[in-house]
Amino acid sequence: MTDINLIPEPEESLPSLSVSNDQGILQWISSVDHKQIGIMYLWLSVLFLVVAGIEILLVRLQLAIPNNHFLAPEVYNQLFTMHGTTMIFFVAMPAIFGFTTYFVPLMIGANDMAFPRLNAFSFWTTFFGGSLLYFSFIAGGAPDAGWFNYAPLNEYNYSSSPGIDYYCAGLLFAGIGTLTASVNFIVTILYYRVPSMSLKQLPLFVWMILINSFLVLAAFPSLNAALAMLLLDRQLHAHFFSTTGGGSAILWQHLFWLFGHPEVYIVILPIFGIFSEVFPVFSRKPIFGYGMVVGSGIAIALLAFGVWVHHMFATGLGNTVNGFFAASSLLIGVPTGVKIFNWLATMHGGSIRFSVSMLFAIAFLIEFTIGGLSGISFAIVPIDWQLTDTYYVVAHLHFVFIGGTLFGLLSGLFYWFPKMSGRVPDQRLSKWFFWLFVAGFNITFLVQHALGAMGMPRRVYTYPDLPGWGILNLISTIGAFLMAGAVGLLIYILIIALRKGALATPDPWDANTLEWTTTSPPGLKNFDRVIPVKSTRPFRDYKRPADADWKANATDPTTTKPDPHGK
Amino acid sequence: MTGQLFLNINPSSIFDAASPQASGIRHLTIEFIIAASAILILVVILTSFISIKYRSKYPQEDPKQITGNRTLEMWMVGVPLVLVILFFFRSLATMNAVLPDRGNHTPDIIITGHQWFWEAVYPGTTVSTANEIHLPVGKKLLMQLNAADVIHDWWVPALGGKMDMIPSMNNYLWVTIDWPGIYEGACSEFCGQQHAWMRIRVVAQSPGDYALWLRREAAGAHVPQDTLARAGAVLFQESTCSSCHRVKGTTAAGMTGPDLTHFGSRQTILTGMMANDSAGVSRWLTDPQQVKPGAHMPRFIFAKDSIRALTAYLEQLK
Repeated sequence: MTDINLIPEPEESLPSLSVSNDQGILQWISSVDHKQIGIMYLWLSVLFLVVAGIEILLVRLQLAIPNNHFLAPEVYNQLFTMHGTTMIFFVAMPAIFGFTTYFVPLMIGANDMAFPRLNAFSFWTTFFGGSLLYFSFIAGGAPDAGWFNYAPLNEYNYSSSPGIDYYCAGLLFAGIGTLTASVNFIVTILYYRVPSMSLKQLPLFVWMILINSFLVLAAFPSLNAALAMLLLDRQLHAHFFSTTGGGSAILWQHLFWLFGHPEVYIVILPIFGIFSEVFPVFSRKPIFGYGMVVGSGIAIALLAFGVWVHHMFATGLGNTVNGFFAASSLLIGVPTGVKIFNWLATMHGGSIRFSVSMLFAIAFLIEFTIGGLSGISFAIVPIDWQLTDTYYVVAHLHFVFIGGTLFGLLSGLFYWFPKMSGRVPDQRLSKWFFWLFVAGFNITFLVQHALGAMGMPRRVYTYPDLPGWGILNLISTIGAFLMAGAVGLLIYILIIALRKGALATPDPWDANTLEWTTTSPPGLKNFDRVIPVKSTRPFRDYKRPADADWKANATDPTTTKPDPHGK
Repeated sequence: MTGQLFLNINPSSIFDAASPQASGIRHLTIEFIIAASAILILVVILTSFISIKYRSKYPQEDPKQITGNRTLEMWMVGVPLVLVILFFFRSLATMNAVLPDRGNHTPDIIITGHQWFWEAVYPGTTVSTANEIHLPVGKKLLMQLNAADVIHDWWVPALGGKMDMIPSMNNYLWVTIDWPGIYEGACSEFCGQQHAWMRIRVVAQSPGDYALWLRREAAGAHVPQDTLARAGAVLFQESTCSSCHRVKGTTAAGMTGPDLTHFGSRQTILTGMMANDSAGVSRWLTDPQQVKPGAHMPRFIFAKDSIRALTAYLEQLK
């Protein structure tokens, strides 16, 4: 490595899944190319999805019938804790960061991230964080106090296996990776755009990532501080959270949810960004209310820090505090819900193509509305008093995380897969996957709303044979296995597509943004030259010069004006 | 075995309200369900209608490129905003009705969550019991909720919302039970290995029955009559049972485990895990960790005879 060539990059090889002059695994491990790192993030996410999926299938088997003895309680508690922790930190986050790392530079006309080596560092700390978390299984027991790990159950007195120490260490590692990645995204978006692209012309996915990265910077320190305090408690007998030594059990909840609720938006804002790309492309229309989508994203990000107590309405903080956080939590529902209508209005009057990506986007509209509405019921304090910590919450959060986040990731996967791999997945099988997955998802989680209202608390390893409980749980278990089958099919579809899928053209969807102007997959250097950017849909302007957005803008006062510095 | 445990209990979903507190919440919940259903139906209809009507028909030119509509956007923000404001004021009113300030009321009952049982103390009396909590109907009761170890949560859906029990904090809940009967509930904050078997059973009684029950509970333990039970009583005192369990009227005064003074009068054991019969009790005494893994009751290697004697002693503690 010389002073001139600071960044060691494999030369003349395609940094994608089908690498020519392959240097094998070494090329991946040593890579600082944003596309390879993005793909590694995505594979990491798939790996942990399979692991966390197996964990939850065991849990669902245990719950299939009342008074079951399939799993011992201490095993059950480790499994559901690891399922939640893994899904949030090592499936949702890496998947989002994978798409972000891969596509942000491409969508803004850059050739790499601002700090390529920091990019690799972010990925590898996430990887090692996840490995450390899972090492707990062989080090004496996995964490067993739930993904939000309440004090004082997380203290050494009540959980003496080293699992929670690994939880702290693993999440601290991953948290550092998340923070550095976010710094990288912000700098990349602000300083590495093609010069003619103003902020008002940023693709909405990139806008959401920009907002989201600030959200990460503000939210994760709270988690990291709480984890460090907990490690001190457990290892050095500090008493931050242990009530017997004068600490406060409720302090953990404040610190955790001050991170935890923004985290919910951290895994949904980028998804809003993906959908804001997918809906316009497959409706052949611009997004309805670009400014409103960005504005409501910013509103969500700001409000996200003022709603955490709605996880704590039953902790006895009093009606004044609860009233304040009820107001803010109800309020945040507005900018979130409004987006549904932005997307519906985008489809309205369009020419809709039902690609698999669009199918997930359309299904999302309904599933996410269910998850959003059930979320509103937790902002209404008295309803929350009845339903919090029941299976209704389990249903709600999965409608948000699956019906929202995962549907968005799958929509993005089918949208961008041809670009990343240069191959097209089998359409017929992919549609089978869509229907199986949607059916399995709804069978699994719809009934859980009823279970919660009937009085079933969450996180119980078994339950008495009360009327209706057994059959509803059995239905839920069957649905979970259907989903698992669908995920198996998806992995098969992807592997077959990578091996012998039809070759993809550079622009298979007639899309609007810059990533589609380069080859599929892009070469080591993303762009030789970038087309002029004069609107939010530069590629469409280029393909349809007579109907270009920037021409319409001159006469249409309701849309954004072209950037005065643009050419 | 557990099937018949639930034969005579009242249905206990959040819609089977049996107190003004639960009814108030049910009312608000139904209003919410109506509003939410209307929105969901609107979204489903719009999504299906738009998807079908505007599906792509090739060959076709690009549709009209509409980028926004200020009026429509204002409606999109305005209508939900009005709805949430309405629900905000409705929920404030319900909150204040269901959980008014405690003022200087003294609690009628103090319940403490332990890993994994409920301890109930009735201030002003000498009564203390565990797991099956007797309360009078028709009286507005103030419950004080505490935790002995980790966070637990009191929830009986038919009687109203839940409230956490947090170590070194006092939380309060109001409840006015409408009708006599048995109400089921469960601990609703994850509290460790046996969180699942931390069921709640509230036995609501008419004021007369309740007063009778209080009087009986206040009395000391039943003195064993037959030889087997007497042998059990001796064993109970001589083994370490008495260092964790209390049996009023004897020297057993331990406070870490459930109070056993009137153990035999309870319908269930192990916090709702199984029926209270000699088969269950002797199974439990033989190997607690096999019956309820993680429970804080150690395994004492009792001889079969000792278990029979202890079971007989416990079962006659009516």
